[in-house]
Amino acid sequence: MSENYVPKSAVGKWFNDRLPLLNLIYGHLLPYPTPKNLNYWWTFGGILTFCLVTQIITGLVLAMHYVADADLAFASVEHIMRDVNYGWLLRYIHSNGASLFFMAVYIHMARSIFYGSYKEPRELIWIIGVFIFLLMIATAFMGYVLPWGQMSFWGATVITNLFSAIPLVGESVTNWLWGGYAVGSPLLTRFFTLHYLMPFLIFALVILHVWALHVPGNNNPEGINVVQGSQDTVPFHPHYVVKDMFALVVFLIVFAGFVFFVPNLLGHTDNYIEANPLQTPEHIVPEWYFLPFYAILRAVPDKLGGVILMISAIAILAFLPWLDTSKVRSAKYRPLYRQFVWLFFANVILLGYLGAQTADGLFLIIGRIATVYYFAHFIIILPLLGYIEKTKPLPKSLSEPVLSPEERQMKAAASGASA
Amino acid sequence: MSEKQVTRRNFLYVTTGAFAAAGAASLAWPFVDQMNPDASVKALASTEIDLRPIIPGQSITVMWRGKPVFIRRRTQAEIDEAKKVNLADLPHPEEDSDRAQNPEWLVMVGICTHLGCVPLGQKGDYNGWFCPCHGSHYDTSGRIRKGPAPTNLEIPDYVFLNESTIKIG
Repeated sequence: MSENYVPKSAVGKWFNDRLPLLNLIYGHLLPYPTPKNLNYWWTFGGILTFCLVTQIITGLVLAMHYVADADLAFASVEHIMRDVNYGWLLRYIHSNGASLFFMAVYIHMARSIFYGSYKEPRELIWIIGVFIFLLMIATAFMGYVLPWGQMSFWGATVITNLFSAIPLVGESVTNWLWGGYAVGSPLLTRFFTLHYLMPFLIFALVILHVWALHVPGNNNPEGINVVQGSQDTVPFHPHYVVKDMFALVVFLIVFAGFVFFVPNLLGHTDNYIEANPLQTPEHIVPEWYFLPFYAILRAVPDKLGGVILMISAIAILAFLPWLDTSKVRSAKYRPLYRQFVWLFFANVILLGYLGAQTADGLFLIIGRIATVYYFAHFIIILPLLGYIEKTKPLPKSLSEPVLSPEERQMKAAASGASA
Repeated sequence: MSEKQVTRRNFLYVTTGAFAAAGAASLAWPFVDQMNPDASVKALASTEIDLRPIIPGQSITVMWRGKPVFIRRRTQAEIDEAKKVNLADLPHPEEDSDRAQNPEWLVMVGICTHLGCVPLGQKGDYNGWFCPCHGSHYDTSGRIRKGPAPTNLEIPDYVFLNESTIKIG
């Protein structure tokens, strides 16, 4: 699609003849053929790229002022907030940026689930995406530990203790992770190192994610195959560059709203108390974006069982392209799936609500039912739907569903005449 | 020469590969082992505590290897309650006499065996310890009675150096 791109300037031409980098960028960003009917749910890929770059840049400058030592970390974060020029802004962008990153990634995943974007031939894009999500979880968790407040410390304690559930070697593994016999300075220093490294690994995976996407091209709300370069596609630039930019501006308004008006809304007040290894806070809750998985962990009365189920809840996503047996991608043409997918989304939100509550009484019982339903959706409902569901007829092109009946007849007549 | 015959070249390939793999594996070990508890951490492995200031019914928490250790001078009622429990009712059966060298003094690591929170003393359904994180209840001997924790609170290695001093670790 881009082999014949010739830079206009002499320097550009000289460079491109020796390393066709401009060719590569041009092909992937400008004439790249994109389905003409992508809606705003498709703008989150660009928003996520923006989030990643924002986190890397703000993180880089925060690291210039932060000290990764158990005795100094909490004070250094307060130093950033009070003394460093614009430190408060950079930190609030970074901490709220993490939350908005997850908000965007959940919408991005929900869009893929609703429109069946993970199906053949896009399985690998989805699987790379699951790995990006895993790395995001690890990065966000380690980042939350760095301010060394009460929630940081006890969150780190609870999560690293998950490894002690491994039979036989559990204790050696946790001592190895901690570099001691409890959470302390050695753990903080290694978390800081890994927190710094992982965004770059995510960046590398994002490149693979986009590369894999540009082989078959984008899925679309109709979920039908679109011939690249046909009347059903438009060049990425300017159509989707402009659409993505508009969506990004709206997203930035929300982002700025959090940063400037309610910067601590999504955090926990206990994290402004310095870590105290002798006192556990009354009620430990992870950041909101982990709550559904936390609810699954707590739904199981057995330590190892809870850990296995929580990990499975994420790992099962990687198998989604094969668990969903239907050949039809978009929920628009799947009357039953369309209802079940909304039930699934509602169930995940319910699990998130339960994750923030105390794990006893009625909450625990509902938590167990919601956990069972989460897995049932993947293991029972999705495989069965492919066989029992009567799907609606798919349109032949992206234009067909939006044409009036007369226009459709005219088109059919025209194609009949030309045939 | 048949195709399946082992040649000199095959032998050299396999041995070279094996040596390279063993070399890489042994070189990887320092990179893994550097994360294990270091000499300065291990040096803090034991702690001595003077028990004289503690009156019956009082507990203190001391730090040992970065972990809280509960030392409780139990009341007679608590000791009796711990002793009369039917072992068959316990998820992790242990006699109280196996958990306290001297029944008056209960020494245990103050870390919930579920996911590592610090339980609160003299709380919960069994008047022992209660973990606020995920709701584990321990009795007056630190044994798990109800909730997700798999085992009783851990008893560290300790010795009575004399009537009023113990050494943990």
